Formats: sequence, structure tokens, C-alpha cells
Amino acid sequence: MSGMVEQSPAAARAARPVAIRIDNVSQTYNRRGRNALQALDRVSLDVAQGEFVCLLGASGCGKTTLLSLIVGLYGLTAGSIDVGGRRVGLLFQEAALFPWLTAQENVEMGMRFRGVPPAERRSKARDLLRLVHLEAFAGRRPHELSGGMRQRVAIARALAQEADVLLMDEPFASLDAITRDVLHDEVEAIWARTGLTILFVTHDVREAARLGDRVALLSSRPGRVIAQFPIDLPRPRRVESAPVAAVAAAITDRLREEVRRHGR
Amino acid sequence: MAADRSLVPAPERLAQEIGGLDALDRPFVLAERRLRRLGRALWPKLVAVVVVLALWQAVVWTGWRPSYVLPGPGRVLAELGDLAGTAKFWSALGTTLRRAATGFALAIAVGTALGVAVSRSRTLRRGVGAMITGLQSMPSIAWFPLAILLLKLSESAILFVVVLGAAPAIANGLISGIDHIPPLLVRAGRVLGARGLDSVRHVILPAALPAYVAGLKQGWAFAWRSLMAGELLVIIESRPAVGSQLQFARELSDAPALLAWMLVVLAIGILVDTLVFAGMERRIRRRRGLMGG
Repeated sequence: MSGMVEQSPAAARAARPVAIRIDNVSQTYNRRGRNALQALDRVSLDVAQGEFVCLLGASGCGKTTLLSLIVGLYGLTAGSIDVGGRRVGLLFQEAALFPWLTAQENVEMGMRFRGVPPAERRSKARDLLRLVHLEAFAGRRPHELSGGMRQRVAIARALAQEADVLLMDEPFASLDAITRDVLHDEVEAIWARTGLTILFVTHDVREAARLGDRVALLSSRPGRVIAQFPIDLPRPRRVESAPVAAVAAAITDRLREEVRRHGR
Repeated sequence: MAADRSLVPAPERLAQEIGGLDALDRPFVLAERRLRRLGRALWPKLVAVVVVLALWQAVVWTGWRPSYVLPGPGRVLAELGDLAGTAKFWSALGTTLRRAATGFALAIAVGTALGVAVSRSRTLRRGVGAMITGLQSMPSIAWFPLAILLLKLSESAILFVVVLGAAPAIANGLISGIDHIPPLLVRAGRVLGARGLDSVRHVILPAALPAYVAGLKQGWAFAWRSLMAGELLVIIESRPAVGSQLQFARELSDAPALLAWMLVVLAIGILVDTLVFAGMERRIRRRRGLMGG
């Protein structure tokens, strides 16, 4: 057929089976108390397998709540979340490494809980530390590492769970700009190599435009998905490039509109 | 070609950039040579001992009390040397140290179990939390009449009070350690799959370790005090012990022996504290990057 349209890589990924299905999820804190707070309001979002989706929103959009729900840290108030039995890893804004363990031992921790034999644990952790360029620091403890290095150990630790899905909660927000920029390259490279599904939460529009196959914009208080921006730019991208800046500008306009709504 | 930087950062280039940032960013950790550290830790202690001995000697020289009641350090140290040549000295020391080790070990077991239980259960904490603190402030010597009534003049009576004296401090240390664990670490453990006992063993206890060791240290001090009180009261004829020797020396008005035995009590307290606990605390703090300066 002459109607065959060549798909962009991002569109091809979006057409794959769904890895995370978030369906009409609402979450209210302190429901019976006087100061009940609705964090999420009927959020629906599908993330396809191998897709890199950025979840963007101003403060109070319930981004962190949503990730905690996906990973099962709290029970749901309403709606459903389905990850199809996939293993889900979660990365926090802080690396949250165990300060009494070396980088290597931190990476092994999840495998230890799953009962992986020690020899296998060690070699797997080595491989993962090599993946995040930290093989030379396997024996170091967190306080001997920089913030960016700790965050990479945390990435390796999350990957050690054999996660198919990686949730990242503003993982680079507390890092300096130069480190963050390099880590964007790093995460993109890891994602390309492993075929992970990534849901990346951020409040930085340019970061979202730099990394995502798609950006989902959340409203604030309560959080709802109000717009989605597919980003079909070739990879690897640069945060300073004109096309990324153009996408970021379009998303920013929509985000500002949402913020203005709260100023009235 | 230089403009090509805007294209793919090749894997090697990425690796180099990351390596460069790591080299620039890594915190500088100061390491001190072990021997030098030992030397720096030792001399203030030696000076302190000399000052104390000098003050003691000065008081003796004022003639405040006759020398058969308050002998000088030279006389007492000579007496200590004589004592150290007798078999009885070593057997008394052995008995006391064995009791201390058994009692302290039991207290660790009881205190740790209690601490974990109380910090994990809100109801239990409401019920016995204040009671543990109350027990801790109860002078151990006040337990002895009851212990002797229940268990007669026996080893068990002594151990009973040693455990009662030390376990609450250990439990309290552990509870406060667990209370101060950053919630993020516990969440990180849960996300990694730590549940129940795994979580206690691999996340909660190691995270609480610094406060736990502080509790152990305090527990040791309580155990040692309770043991001395116990040995003064519960004297088992056939079995000399440090506390009972103190009591005999007082009964015989043998001041040099009394002070010599007191030095032994003091020395053991200090030795255990510096050799066991100070080293442990220093290692934990260094591992976690909590060493200041």
C-alpha cells in the first residue's frame, strides 16, 4: 500500500503495549478530617512499554503522590493502576542510599531481599555500577561521593531490582546544572540501552522537553492531566537546541495558563 | 569538526565527562594515620591521670586525714602491685568480669528485644514506654532487697539486678535511634522489597546503630554500677569478687587495699569504655561520614 507512513521512533514506541495504565485515579488525604486535601483528581495516563514519559506540573500537582501509588506505597482512594505485573523501581529526589553500606552493597540490597545468591549479586552489581560509570567507586561509602554520583548509585540500585519500569521523582532537582546536563545524557543512554519504561517527574519544563517522548502536564490542586505533548525530536537531544527550546516554550505557555488560574 | 559537539555525545565522551565531574565534585575526605591518632588520643589521658594523682597527693600532704585512713597514691599503687601478685586477686577479677559479661550480654538481649518491640508497636509504646524510662531512673541498689528475697544470696540475684539496671538504657537507646531514622531510608527499603524481619535486620537496625551503641555504652555503665552494688551486698563466701573485696577491706579498715580495689573498679570501667565503645563509635561515625573537622 502506498499509504504506509514511516513512523518516528517516538511514535513507534507509543504504539507498543501499555506498561503502566493509570485509570481515573483520585486520591484524597485525610478524607474524614476537617482539612481534607484532594491530591489527584481522575488522573488517566497510559505509558507504553519502552516509552520515556515526563510528568510535568507546578507545586501541588500530586506528582509524588502518583508515583507512590504506582509503586504501591499507599492504597488507592479511587480508580485503578495496572503495571501488568512488571517490576517497578522508584528513584527519589535524594539518593536515599544506606549510609553504612558501600556503593556496591547499596546496589546489592534489593537483590538480597529477593534472595539472589551472593556471587550473582556481586557480579550483577558490578555490571550496573559500570553502566553508571562508577565501577571505580564500588567500595566507597555515600559520604565519599558527590550528589550526582550518589544519584547514579541510586539508579543502579533501582535497576538491580530487574525493574522494567523506572519511576523517577525529580531525581536531578538538587544537582548543579552542569551535572544535571551530563546526567540527562547518561539517563538517555541507559534508557536506550536497556529498553526501560521511564516515567520521569519534574517541574523543569526544559528537562521534560529534553528527555521525554511525551510530556504530560498536570494541573495543580487537585492534579489532573490537562495536556499532553508528544515530542518527536531525534535523540540524543541537547537542552540548548532550538527545537527543544521551541517545545519547552509551547509547554511553558500552557503551564503558565494553568498557574494563572490559581491567581484569580 | 569542532561544531560536532552538538551531535551525539559518543559513549566515550560521556564517560569522560562523567569521570571529569566525579573527579571535580567528590568530597575531600581527610584521613589520619592510625598511629598518630592513637598518640593524639593518648597524651591528654595521661596528663589527666597525672593531674588527678597530684591532686590526691596534695590532699594527703595537707594532713586533712591521717595516712592510715587516706594513704597517698604511692602507697596505694604499691598495695595494688602486691595484690596483683596473689591468686585471689585474679580469681576475684575473673569472677567479677565473668558476671559483668554474662549480665551485660543478657541485658543486651532483653534490651534489644524490648526496644524493637516497643518501637514497632504504638500500643506497646503507650503502655510501657514511660515505664522503661522509669526503670532506668530507679537506682539499681533499690532492687537488691527484693532480689535477695526472691533469689537468695546467689549469682542469679546479682544477674537479675544487673539486667534490670542495664536493659532499660539499651532499650531506650535503640528506641530513640529508631525514632530518628530518616523516613526516606525506610521508604527506600520498602521500595527495594524489605519487609518485616528483612527490614528490621537490614534497614532499621543498621540505621539506628549510632544511637544503639550510645545506649549500649550507657547500659554498660549501669551494668557495671549495678554489679558493684550487688557484689557489696550479695557476698558468696566461697567466691571472692571485686565488690566483696572492697567490702572486706572496709570491714578490716584496710584503707590502702580499699583504694587499690577502687582503682581496679575505675580502671575496668575506663578500659571497657575506651577499648570497646569508643572504638566502636568512632568506626561507625567514620563509616557514615559523621566525623567533624
